[in-house]
Amino acid sequence: MSDVRLFSGLSNAVSASPEKRQAQWNKALLIFFFLTPGFLLLIMFLVVPIGQAAYYSLYNWNGLGPLDDFIGLDNYARAFGETVFRGAIQHSLFIMVLSLAVQLPLAMTLALILIRGQLRFQRFFRTLFFLPYVFSEIVAAYIWLYVYNPRGGLLNEFLSLFRPEINGTAWLADLDTVLVAIFFVLTWKFFGFHMLLYMAGLQNISREVEDSARVSGANEWQVLRYVTLPMMRSTISLSVFLSILGSFQQFIVVWILTEGGPAFRSELIVTYLYKFGIQRMQLGFGSALAIILFLMTLIFSIGYQRTVLRQTLAE
Amino acid sequence: MRKLRIALMIGLLAIGMVLVSCGGGETTDDTAENTTTEETTAQEDTTSAETDTSDAAADECGEVVEIEWWHISTIEAEQAYWQSKADEFMANNPCVQINITVLENEAFKARLTTVMQSGEPPDIFQSWGGGVLWAYAEAGLLRDISPQLEGEWRDSIAAQSALELFGRDGAYYGVPWQWGAVGIYYNKDLFEQAGLDPESPPATWSEFLAAVQTLKDAGITPITIGEGDKWPGHFWWVYLAIRNGGEQAFLDAFNRDGSFTDAPFVKAGEDLQELIALEPFPEGYLGFTYNDSAAVFGNGEAAMELMGQWHQAVQRDSSEDGAGVANLGWFLFPMVEGGAGNASDVLGGGDGFGIGKDAPDEAVEFVRFLTSAENQTAALEAVGFGPPTTTDAQSAITDPVQQQILEARNAAAYFQLYYDQFLPPAVGGTVNDAVEQIFAGVASPEEAAQQIEDSAALELGD
Repeated sequence: MSDVRLFSGLSNAVSASPEKRQAQWNKALLIFFFLTPGFLLLIMFLVVPIGQAAYYSLYNWNGLGPLDDFIGLDNYARAFGETVFRGAIQHSLFIMVLSLAVQLPLAMTLALILIRGQLRFQRFFRTLFFLPYVFSEIVAAYIWLYVYNPRGGLLNEFLSLFRPEINGTAWLADLDTVLVAIFFVLTWKFFGFHMLLYMAGLQNISREVEDSARVSGANEWQVLRYVTLPMMRSTISLSVFLSILGSFQQFIVVWILTEGGPAFRSELIVTYLYKFGIQRMQLGFGSALAIILFLMTLIFSIGYQRTVLRQTLAE
Repeated sequence: MRKLRIALMIGLLAIGMVLVSCGGGETTDDTAENTTTEETTAQEDTTSAETDTSDAAADECGEVVEIEWWHISTIEAEQAYWQSKADEFMANNPCVQINITVLENEAFKARLTTVMQSGEPPDIFQSWGGGVLWAYAEAGLLRDISPQLEGEWRDSIAAQSALELFGRDGAYYGVPWQWGAVGIYYNKDLFEQAGLDPESPPATWSEFLAAVQTLKDAGITPITIGEGDKWPGHFWWVYLAIRNGGEQAFLDAFNRDGSFTDAPFVKAGEDLQELIALEPFPEGYLGFTYNDSAAVFGNGEAAMELMGQWHQAVQRDSSEDGAGVANLGWFLFPMVEGGAGNASDVLGGGDGFGIGKDAPDEAVEFVRFLTSAENQTAALEAVGFGPPTTTDAQSAITDPVQQQILEARNAAAYFQLYYDQFLPPAVGGTVNDAVEQIFAGVASPEEAAQQIEDSAALELGD
């Protein structure tokens, strides 16, 4: 908003008295000096690296020596031709869809129970549910590495109480279960964050609105469906936005649990990028992957902000 | 006016802060270095003590020569040994200052790649030779030490095939100091329990498969493997390729006269499938790390494991009682009937020192000092490293298994370095992935060979 005021101020200044003009200039300078450091940082640590990555992505380059093998868009063609990369995109989408379908409703349910259910020990439960989010992702992943351990891990010990034959099942080493097992960890790790967002959103909704709906004869489901949820629209769209971006950028948990294995069945976009671009010293190819990921998230973010977020903010 | 001045000051302050924080990048890097590297306080003490003395000595020698050395021996006894040798060298050469940085294996690889890309390699660093080292050499990041190496130093080395992996086209960029072979470790007690003769392990692939079946029938897990790490599985496939195709098949594929889809490489996958079909591995092995697997072997829960010279120590340290397998045996990978390779051909590798481009002569002298027969003998006695590279230090190996490994290494008609070190990193990684897919049953031998060939065509040329 400041830039708008700045320019209108300047146009006014032309006709204004010298003192006033001076004041306007001071204001402009002030804004300039406040913005410059931020811009410098932005350019140095965001714009320049992206430009560099775009440049490297046109070369076959191992990161050593000069850039002399120009191959145009071959790296991009190669990326989309790789079944492993296409698989990684599918896995990221899978995680994303499950997050939206399972993780967020779960977070919403818990938030509703905690805030509207007038539970005793509300604070205790809130802290308990939020705790996983406070752990660093590395710690969380290592905890689950032990939980999933096929030999004497917590999960198998527990499940074998009911079905003894389950002991020894290696959830993270099985091609069919690995992705779901990872999703479970991600849910455990992140639902608390979304729950907290929803709790904050719920607290902003006045009880009186809900009560008046009840007085008008709405049952609890109708209150939720037609009053509470619509009023939480901006919170929900924010949490959906963060959840989708998070699914595409997930790396640490998957890397520690499986490194994308077995046989690429839990490879996500970023683990693929790290493995094939950095570890295998194909920096040109890795840069192309980074640019693809960047464009995907950028287009999504802009699209989402222009449509969903703008609408909700306007309300 | 006053307002403007204040605004200006604030603005300048902000810009100044940005500049300081950017300019300070190097300093923060250095602090990070000190905290991330596992330099023990004892070492730091000695280093700072050395700095003091060398400051005093600086007057006498004019200028102190500094040597940066990165190694990955994080085990305390090994660290202490290297430090003692550095101290000894510095005592004999008062004008030399050796700075040691100890890094964990994976951290080392990541850091080394970064400093190589910025064109500032350490003077001496851990190297396995082969493709990765050659990539650095090609980019002009390493020092050719062949003038110093020729003659006495070179002649002292028994593992000549290993030395060749540190050089190319007559130039040498480092030397190996310990070098071994990959072979099958086995638990003699479990063999006996299954009714197999523990003193005559299988010599051919079909005998081997029969032994696996016998163990399985006796209710013993025949083989353990840490396939979650992928490289342990690549040993199996590469050994089968070596036995099936011999040196020529590999050289042809590597030099692009042949291809990784040639018959021996497909046959290797088929042989491996035959083994996998017997289901000889513990449940969940696709998710095991090497250390998980070593624990299974060390606890006596599986009869065999294909692994390198370090395995003896690792399975012992990973076992629950800390003692490892009581009756440990070792045999060379069985010969595949009708294969073009020799039964004595060996897959293996070890550790060496690479020399950075700006290394002073003293650094080369120091490496020569470290790899001398006397010091290799001392190292074996003090810490118990793997098979040494110099002829005269070999007698210090007394353990029967290590002696077998040493003999196999020296007797090899063709010594193949691990593919994932010998080949360019991208191809090596693809070999590991492709073999893992055979293990997981999602790729056929042909598909696996094709994946490797595609990557080789991209990196080595068509």
